[in-house]
Amino acid sequence: MTAIKNETKQVNKTDRFALQWAEFVIKNRLKTIFFAIIVFLIFAAGLTHILTSHNYRVFFSDKNPDLLTFEKFEETYTKNDNFLFVFKPKSGTIDQPFVAQAIEEFTARAWTIPFAIRVDSITNFQHTYAIDDDLIVEDLIEEASNLSQAEIAKRVDIALNEPLLAGNLVALDRGASGINVTLQYPGESLDELPEAINFARALVAEFEQNFPDLKIALTGISALNNAFFEATINDAKTLYGPMFLVLIVITWLIIRNLSGVVATVLVITLATLAAMGFAGWAGITISPFSGSAPVVILTLAIVDSIHILITMVQRMRVGDDKIAAIKESIRVNFLAVSITSLTTIIGFLALNFSDAPPFNALGNISAVGIAAAWFYSLTFLPALLALLPFNVQTYADKSRGPLQEAINKLAEFVIARARATLVFVGLLFIGLAAAIPTIDLNDQWVEYFDDRVEFRGDAKFAINHLTGLYILEYSVPAGEPGAISEPQYLNDLDDFANWLREYSKVRHVYSYTDIIKRLSKNMNADDPAYYHIPDERELAAQYLLLYELSLPYGLDLNDRIDIDKSSTRVSVTLDEITTGETRQFLKDIDAWWEARSPGNEVYGTGATYLFSFISERNIQDMIGGNIVAVLLISMIMIITLRSFSFGLLSLIPNIAPLIMTFGVWALLVGEVGMAAATVSATSLGIIVDNTVHILTKYQRAREELALSIEDAIRYTFDTVGAAVVANALILAFGFSVLMYSSFKITGDMGTLTALAIIIALIVDLLLLPALLMLRAQPKTKGVPYVNTKKTQTI
Amino acid sequence: MLILKRLKQFNTFNYVILAGVLVLASFANMPVAAEDLDQKGYDVAARNDRSDRGFNNSRVELEMVLKNASGAESRRVLEQSTLELPDESVGDKNLIVFFSPADIEGTALLSYAKILDPDDQWLYLPALKRVKRISSKNKSGPFVGSEFAFEDITGQELEKYEYTWLREEACGELTCDVVERRPLYKDSGYTRQIGWVDQTDYQARKLEYYDRKGSLLKTQLFEDYKLYDDKYWRAHVWRMKNHQTGKSTDLFFKDYEFNVGLSDGDFVRGALSRQR
Repeated sequence: MTAIKNETKQVNKTDRFALQWAEFVIKNRLKTIFFAIIVFLIFAAGLTHILTSHNYRVFFSDKNPDLLTFEKFEETYTKNDNFLFVFKPKSGTIDQPFVAQAIEEFTARAWTIPFAIRVDSITNFQHTYAIDDDLIVEDLIEEASNLSQAEIAKRVDIALNEPLLAGNLVALDRGASGINVTLQYPGESLDELPEAINFARALVAEFEQNFPDLKIALTGISALNNAFFEATINDAKTLYGPMFLVLIVITWLIIRNLSGVVATVLVITLATLAAMGFAGWAGITISPFSGSAPVVILTLAIVDSIHILITMVQRMRVGDDKIAAIKESIRVNFLAVSITSLTTIIGFLALNFSDAPPFNALGNISAVGIAAAWFYSLTFLPALLALLPFNVQTYADKSRGPLQEAINKLAEFVIARARATLVFVGLLFIGLAAAIPTIDLNDQWVEYFDDRVEFRGDAKFAINHLTGLYILEYSVPAGEPGAISEPQYLNDLDDFANWLREYSKVRHVYSYTDIIKRLSKNMNADDPAYYHIPDERELAAQYLLLYELSLPYGLDLNDRIDIDKSSTRVSVTLDEITTGETRQFLKDIDAWWEARSPGNEVYGTGATYLFSFISERNIQDMIGGNIVAVLLISMIMIITLRSFSFGLLSLIPNIAPLIMTFGVWALLVGEVGMAAATVSATSLGIIVDNTVHILTKYQRAREELALSIEDAIRYTFDTVGAAVVANALILAFGFSVLMYSSFKITGDMGTLTALAIIIALIVDLLLLPALLMLRAQPKTKGVPYVNTKKTQTI
Repeated sequence: MLILKRLKQFNTFNYVILAGVLVLASFANMPVAAEDLDQKGYDVAARNDRSDRGFNNSRVELEMVLKNASGAESRRVLEQSTLELPDESVGDKNLIVFFSPADIEGTALLSYAKILDPDDQWLYLPALKRVKRISSKNKSGPFVGSEFAFEDITGQELEKYEYTWLREEACGELTCDVVERRPLYKDSGYTRQIGWVDQTDYQARKLEYYDRKGSLLKTQLFEDYKLYDDKYWRAHVWRMKNHQTGKSTDLFFKDYEFNVGLSDGDFVRGALSRQR
């Protein structure tokens, strides 16, 4: 009994503080508004410093070991940024002279693309052949305008017999041909990529105009990077505006008061802009994923204001004047709004455990936004409401509406069948949890974008008509300087390349061995019998020297062979392939080398490699984040509810929905990308809010009103049921807007979070009361709860 | 307003003088802008080229040190013999023999530099025991994987470029003429080069290479000049830095030998296999 008294006293202390706060804010309403706007302006000034990312690598932190390997690889060979232009005649084959002519002209012009360091095409391919003791090294197609279709067809035949070209820059069905441009950005300014892409697009437009029978698609890593950038911009254009309008409509539907809507809209606008301004000040770059922060903040920010406004309107309906209603609303909501904001902030801050900087960015920006929303809801909002005219009709209609009646019926149902409900939800939980292992982690970056992003169409075009876009890079070391000419090494490498080509998803393999075999043939009067690895190291080394001496500007082997000739690079172009299949393939490759040459230092890398592990890595990183979030949030629950057992009990309805969400996803969708890593922590922070509302009300009913368990549940459902449902619907709606993002990861995150919120609502309404019913404890006999038909606010 | 007032004070005499000055100035300045600057550029280059002529033949051993962006190194040792041809419209003959790495030891490259056409080249491969003629457009290509293109190393022939004098500028303790030159060879990898040639010894100190899109590609520094026979300056360290890839190549020359008795007969295909 003393414990209860102490708690009551403490609760009163918080209430008193809240009341004083409200009084202070209302008394100094103009100063408060002024102060709040000054704070806003200081933050919002950061908006001018906002940077948007231009690189897929933004998804990998500078400590990411896979990225570090990739950077080492690029330092050894060459930077991996490129444009791949796909040329396809609208009808017929690339044997037609105008195609070769266009490619030859384009190849020459492509050298002038900003930051281009190398251009490879079927026309400038260095074709080698022998005439007696002469080695001829020349462009495969030169002055195409003077060549007949038959002459060009002969050269296309040569290209199709050339392992370096066939299936890579020349389509096996002669339907298309590619021009690959390697780019080296100085990395000094964010304008570099737009400069290159604009130039490339202008070039494409010019050639499509000059050669109307040609279709040219633009892909490659630089186009991918640009797609990330365009998706960010696209989302900003298409999501923010409608989201904002819809939130205004929702607020209107709930509050039905112009001043209330204006005040709420101002609060969420200030909070969102302040948070984005913070991103600018903090130097956080905005990428497709973190670009969803405004939508997230708008959604979460509106809830605080709506809570305060609902109570205020309810008080005014039962006859309070405006100022008294505001004060009362702040008094009863202060703690709940603070606690729910805090848990949500913790959930978002937990994203800092992730390796991917955009996840960290979304977490930090959202956390600041939620804090700002909390601050503005408790200062700016009451001050502004005190200032604005606010009329509410006193409550005449006694009915509580169909929603409340349904909720009350649900309460009765659960009270009557607590055990059955528990078993039902329990079984559902087990069934859904069992489905989770079937989820396939997949991060195919072409699939990240929807059709609104130009890159996707071009990428599909390239895949359908020319070659794959998922490229694995391997560095195969030979052990010591010069050792790449050892016959043993070359034979291993050749076997490796041939083994790779047998895999059904491999579309092309670029291996140095194809060059050395060709040279061996050329050096022996083009005798096909000599098309093999040279038998002596000296022979191979001297062939290589000869070849190196004969290559023209920009077409050297520096991007294929290490500087001291101690390792070479193998590029494996894959067809459309899931990251799961890729991971298996990578394991097979490792196993092949382990069997062939144990202890070798062969390593794989490249964008495709990086994305193959991005989900796993982030999920692993986020396990720690989730544990910390659960621990902190449980502690907050225990402190708030002032009960260890209640705090622990609250874990069940908070964690179960997360597991069930992934179960539902496994059954309905089956595959998920890196978004999966983020959802559990942030959703936890959000769904915990409703548990807080339900449990605090229940507790007050039990302890202050001394109701029985059943009546306390009835009381809880009656007082907060509707608010909890409305809350969940607003949040779920807000997050589901993200489904319309042109970036799949953002869309998945939105859908998963919305799903988690809805499932949590069901669990809160079914499982939580059932758990309370069955919780072993002495039943306090008290006054039975009678629905007073009057709005209760505690 | 002030100027206007002053102008009003001008009398007719002043106008006549002013007009005369303007006419003279236009005569003096306008033609200089284009052709004379080109001529001046050519003269600087010619003075540099001729300061070097008359050595007949020379031989030097050098070491190439290649570095990539991560700082990894690779070394090559070779010997370069040059036969000077008196006719300025024909390039020199060059013979390069590799000493190391071991697996290319004895490989020998003979080239006859041409001004505007691809060079004539033959390579002797000791492992194959054969001489192969190379027919390619490799002048612009890298020399054995280094940052030096063929066209950067062999014969800086005067007639390969057209020139424009840009300015005069301090270079270290010396004063340099800064000259732009544009290659006439159609497959060149460069659109232009900017060279710094000192006014004391007429030697190149620095050379910037601009690629096909006009961006700065490489910078070459010429260091450690020594004077031979009171006539011939030779830089003993050439440093080439590629700004785009972060790779670099340094050439370290040992002492040059002049008039070592080489003749046309040493620069023929048949002589290649005798180089060891």
